[in-house]
Parts: sequence; C-alpha cells; structure tokens
Amino acid sequence: MSTPVLDDIDRRIVVATQDGLELVREPYRAVARRVGIDEAEVRRRLAAMQARGVIRRIGAVPNHYALGYLANGMTVWDVPDDRVRELGRRLGGLGFVSHCYHRPRHLPDWPFNLFAMVHGRDRATVQGHVAGMAALMEDVERGHRVLYSTRILKKTGLRLAA
Amino acid sequence: MTAESTRSAPSDVDLDGPDRALVNLLQGGFPLSERPFAEVGWEVGLGEDEVIARLARLLDAGVLSRFGPMYNAEKLGGGLTLAAMRVPADDFERVARQVNAFPEVAHNYARDDDFNMWFVLATEEPGRVARAIAEIEEATGIEVFDMPKIEEFFVGLRFEA
Repeated sequence: MSTPVLDDIDRRIVVATQDGLELVREPYRAVARRVGIDEAEVRRRLAAMQARGVIRRIGAVPNHYALGYLANGMTVWDVPDDRVRELGRRLGGLGFVSHCYHRPRHLPDWPFNLFAMVHGRDRATVQGHVAGMAALMEDVERGHRVLYSTRILKKTGLRLAA
Repeated sequence: MTAESTRSAPSDVDLDGPDRALVNLLQGGFPLSERPFAEVGWEVGLGEDEVIARLARLLDAGVLSRFGPMYNAEKLGGGLTLAAMRVPADDFERVARQVNAFPEVAHNYARDDDFNMWFVLATEEPGRVARAIAEIEEATGIEVFDMPKIEEFFVGLRFEA
C-alpha cells in the first residue's frame, strides 16, 4: 500500500484544518496565517493532497440523524471469497449504501466478510433495502445480519498531534 | 469526549429551502478559491455573508457535524482498523468508559447484536494499532476482534436534506 508522506507544511495544514475550516470570507487565508505560508500555497497544497487521496473531499458532513435518517444498519454478509469483489462493487453501487468493505472473517465466531452500511429514515426502510440486497446476492450468500446502531459512545475522528 | 445518544441527537431541525440547498450542495464539495463562500452563494442564490451565517447556524444546531477537508486516515500514513467486542450487558458502561479512554479510539458505536461494541482505531503510527488492541484486551478482559479493511468498494453518500 502506498503511503504518501506528508511534509512538514502539509502536516501543519492538516493540524490547522482537522477541526474544520474557519467560517470567514477567506478561509484559506486564515489557514495560511496559522501555518505561516501564503494563501495560494495553502490552496495548492490542499488540491495536491486531494489529488493524492489524502483528502477525500472538502465540504460538509451532515449529521444524518438531524436530517431524519434515524436507522443506521451495518449489514454484514458471508459470501465466497472469490465473489466478494464483484458483490462488493454491486452493493457499493446502491444509492442507500454509504460504505462497503471486504473485511476478514473470525471463524467460528464471525463468518461475515462483506460489510455495507445502510441508512434509512426508519428500520422498516432499511429492512426493505436489505431484502433488495439479498436478492442481488442471488444464491451465493450463506448468511447475513443487520446490526443497528443504538448509541454513539464516542465520535471524535482522527486527530494528529499538533 | 462526546457521549451523545442517538435519541437525544437533534432530529427534524427546521431547515428552509436555502438551508437544504446548502446542505445538499456542500456534501458534494467546496471550492478551493480565494472567496469560496461567494461562489457557493452564487450557486444557491445567497450572498457571501448569508452563506457564512447559515453555515454557522447549521453547525451550531448539529445539522452539520463537520465542515472542511475530510482526511483519509490511511493515506496520512497511519494505522486504521474496525474492531468489535462482545460485552456482557452488565459490564457495558464500564467497558465503554475503558475503551473510550484510549485516544486511538476515534468512533465507538453500540449495536444491537451479541457483537455489541464496534469502534474505529486510528493511530499515527501504523504499528500502534496492534498494541492498542492488546492494551484494550488487557484493560477490559474482553477479546477484541480486529477487522481491518481488505478492500474498499465504496465510501460516500449524500443525504438528501
């Protein structure tokens, strides 16, 4: 796996923006002042980090509960390893799936190797989506579960030390 | 540390048309220009200062949980994994406190399954993940199942406001 290294200035930009951008007319100038470089360089470096995938995107993250998406189900599937990529791409292409990953099994306790997060306004909606996903799996799926979140115990996100 | 319950999370906050337009547009991206709020305002028919004021309100009200660059933990060169535990109901609050006390634990969710505690470990140093898992097992006395991603098929979803 490639791990592009951040140079010292990139790292200072990450630290200055990991809690969010300042809500001022020139937010990148505010970052530039904190980092001690000019405004255009902040924008150039942010664009470069985005091109390298270090930044997924710049924008807003809604609290999906506040928007009325109250049911949040982690669906987990046991599918043959040689089909997991094809099925993962299929599930990931569905409009109501926010994340989709291949993860390791832990036999015999945990047989599931494909994870897809499904969001809906209520559990009935999520159940409907899950039925559709099961149909997409044809006959290769050997079992699945839906784990609804009942409480957020902690949510701080990744933090680099300043 | 936040210990927010999904029940007490804000829901059905009143959003007017321009608020919804902003939430929907800004999930797709934010310009890398000198006056990005003016550009956003041009798109949704609001002035620059009005965009800034509305965003401040949406963040305060908890409609938006973050505004800015979303960093990809792995590409930053650190360690990242999803881990799960089967915690006996009577021990749940104690174990939640012990797990949350680790600064490497970025998110932690209770889920309704016998695998009832799911947390993300994000570390600056890749090798730290395995040590943090061992320390959590030692602190709690409960086995931690490490489920790092093998392959990612999709990340991203736009919630219609």
